[in-house]
Amino acid sequence: MKKILDVRDVGMAYHTVSGEIPALSHISFSVEEGEFVSLVGPSGCGKSTLLNLIAGLLVPEQGSILIRGVPLEQSSLTIGYMLQKDHLFEWRTIYENVILGLEIQKKKTPEHLERVNRLLTEYGLKDFRDARPSQLSGGMRQRAALIRTLALDPSLLLLDEPFSALDYQTRLNVSDDIGAIIKKEKKTALLVTHDISEAISMSDRVIVLSKSPAVIRSVIPVFLEIPNRTPMASRNAPEFKTYFNRIWKELNDHE
Amino acid sequence: MNESAAQKRYLRRRLRNRRLIRVMRILILVLFLALWELSARLGWIDSFIFSSPSQLIATFSSMTRDQNLSVHIGVTLLETLASFFLVIVAGTGMAILLWCCPKLSDILEPYLVMLNSLPKSALAPLLIVWLGANMRTIIVAGMSVAIFGSVISLYTGFRETDPDKLKLIYSLGGKKRDTLLKVVLPSSVPLLLATMKVNIGLCLVGVVIGEFIGARQGLGYLIIYSSQTFKLDSMILSILILCVIAMALYGAVSLAEKKCLRGRPS
Repeated sequence: MKKILDVRDVGMAYHTVSGEIPALSHISFSVEEGEFVSLVGPSGCGKSTLLNLIAGLLVPEQGSILIRGVPLEQSSLTIGYMLQKDHLFEWRTIYENVILGLEIQKKKTPEHLERVNRLLTEYGLKDFRDARPSQLSGGMRQRAALIRTLALDPSLLLLDEPFSALDYQTRLNVSDDIGAIIKKEKKTALLVTHDISEAISMSDRVIVLSKSPAVIRSVIPVFLEIPNRTPMASRNAPEFKTYFNRIWKELNDHE
Repeated sequence: MNESAAQKRYLRRRLRNRRLIRVMRILILVLFLALWELSARLGWIDSFIFSSPSQLIATFSSMTRDQNLSVHIGVTLLETLASFFLVIVAGTGMAILLWCCPKLSDILEPYLVMLNSLPKSALAPLLIVWLGANMRTIIVAGMSVAIFGSVISLYTGFRETDPDKLKLIYSLGGKKRDTLLKVVLPSSVPLLLATMKVNIGLCLVGVVIGEFIGARQGLGYLIIYSSQTFKLDSMILSILILCVIAMALYGAVSLAEKKCLRGRPS
């Protein structure tokens, strides 16, 4: 398997007048093509900072990030980023919202628009093309946000607690839904969450981070012996509880 | 529609309430005019100083005939609208400039605050000397009252744009220009309309101040001219016309606001 993302000894601190706040220290890990990896850690441990670095929105003070072996700033691959809230713009229709990325990158070619139409049709938003975001349910909005990210055909998807703004029931349904879409579109994904169950249910591998400044506590590969694994079915797998306890211990042992 | 009795009662009560408010509003106006007319006729007030509704109607028709009242109204309206549109364009432009260069806005902040708090009526005599007694000066006087406040409130609004929405644009490969065009400006439309509602009144204030000092036409000029010739009827009439203009302009902007924001949740 080929490495798509390689994070090497990355360190980062925030600077304020009252002092320096270390956020990440010596973070190294990699993600392989087609893998679904989760980063789990307590709130405010610097998980989002790490995603911002990988998305290229911040530049690391230490270390380097390679995308398919090429330094991030020279890489031409698209990285998709899904934020906590859907941030669909109320002044645009759903269709205008999902083509926002194509519009910004001036890629509104027939071929790309065709892809967007396929995604909208396939994932049940075709009839809501001209609707306003406020007319959609929370789950559908999140799906529209995912399609907006997928429209640019990203090679790597970054998910920053994309379900945390939803109520519990919707959250389970949406993570199942989004998980299925990501698998179907054969995307590599890196999910940040503080929800242990969510991480186990969706991932092939869970990386546990410590409290701020974040260091990697452990990397736990997830193997669940169930056929046709989906996030929802994973929660019923016999090994689920074992993984949960193990990650729970990792997070709490170092208090 | 199948409404319950309670729902019907609620709707009926609401309708009755709104009707009451409308009737009371009209009633106050009618009572005020009647009392005014009556007290002038019965000699409770001096109708030379306080005028009366019937005298005002007579003045209105004589002024329309002899003094081209409609021209004065038109001039004031034109100057107000011109300064209003210039304030929108210049104010939005300056707010965008400040947003694009945060350093510039930090440097200019105390000057903007000072200019905003300065009583603009103090500027009017200076503007007359600099620009001459003409319509351009009056329009600039109108602008001077509204422009600094608009720049400050628009810029503040631009800066309050949800940082996560900006992050979304950057994550989709956008640059600062895209955040301005795709997020900051579209999300500021309600703010822009609210600012416009305030500005239309402020521009009218500035225009009337300008007309007081250096004009040969307009309602402000009429007020000063009537006070100097002691024609209180035409002075009060001009003030009443200003009231109507102020209401009408505000109403027009409110209507435009409603039209523009239709479909947007508040």
